[in-house]
Amino acid sequence: MSDLAERVKKIVVEHLDVDAAKVEPKASFIDDLGADSLDIVELVMAFEEEFDVEIPDDAAETIQTVGDAIKFIEEQKS
Amino acid sequence: MFDLTGKRALVTGATGGIGEAVARALHAQGASVAISGTRAEKLEALAGDLKERVHLAPCNLSDLDAVDALPKTASEAMGGLDIVISNAGVTRDNLMMMMKPDMWDEVLKINLTAYFRLAKASLRGMTKQRYGRIIGVTSIVGVTGNPGQANYAASKAGMIGMSKSLAAEVAGRNVTVNCIAPGFIATAMTDALNDQQKEAILGKIPAGAMGAPEDIAAAAVYLASEEARYVTGQTLHVNGGMAMV
Repeated sequence: MSDLAERVKKIVVEHLDVDAAKVEPKASFIDDLGADSLDIVELVMAFEEEFDVEIPDDAAETIQTVGDAIKFIEEQKS
Repeated sequence: MFDLTGKRALVTGATGGIGEAVARALHAQGASVAISGTRAEKLEALAGDLKERVHLAPCNLSDLDAVDALPKTASEAMGGLDIVISNAGVTRDNLMMMMKPDMWDEVLKINLTAYFRLAKASLRGMTKQRYGRIIGVTSIVGVTGNPGQANYAASKAGMIGMSKSLAAEVAGRNVTVNCIAPGFIATAMTDALNDQQKEAILGKIPAGAMGAPEDIAAAAVYLASEEARYVTGQTLHVNGGMAMV
């Protein structure tokens, strides 16, 4: 995993209090990691702070998996 | 009980009778308070009285961008924000047949939309720290209706509905959202009534007297306290029995 992916993973593990092994790119926040819709809003806020990016509301809605989050932040950063 | 030492509170409308009493009561329980209002000299006088743990946060609530910024200003001044009391409100009374659209818009904007913006801007910090108390000061007429106050009653009923929805959304984050619904409280707003009007009102209050701003402040202290952690989405009516709902 890239450094960025590791940082995303760390935030997800801390925020959702889940086993790091379960946090893989195709893991769905809601179905696999037990998040609720407010958790996703909070994760998006945490990503915004960590990576200093702006994630608009309509983009936030498309972030369903750990991989979606990594991809979105990578695109914003590049 | 109801100790608020170390807690940081923002009170809007702190230059009004109820807002001032709320700010004083929270402060007396040990909280730091950021007081917001439109009358700068009254805010300064209140701050001078409270001496310590008090911060001025003047804000015109009809400027919604300023409302968005208010929780951040308060949070920076106090090092965080735990309690938000949305107390500011205006009336533009008239029979609805005579009510101009701008009278409706203005009251909805200041009483309801500003509450939405204030609460929204406070949520990020509160959900993150897993602690928060949002309290909207609504009104008995939001539940009972009142002739001449279609706009005001609608705005106050709207605050209750919004608070219940938000309460359900953030309950899992240890953030509670409640309303206080005062009945007739003796303030500058009710001083404007004539004796005949006052008598008619008193006839409808089982307690036989108007309430004092301190009665509302006591309810605010309770809802803001750790002890009220399991109370959310509620409207606490403080009205001397005038409406039992």
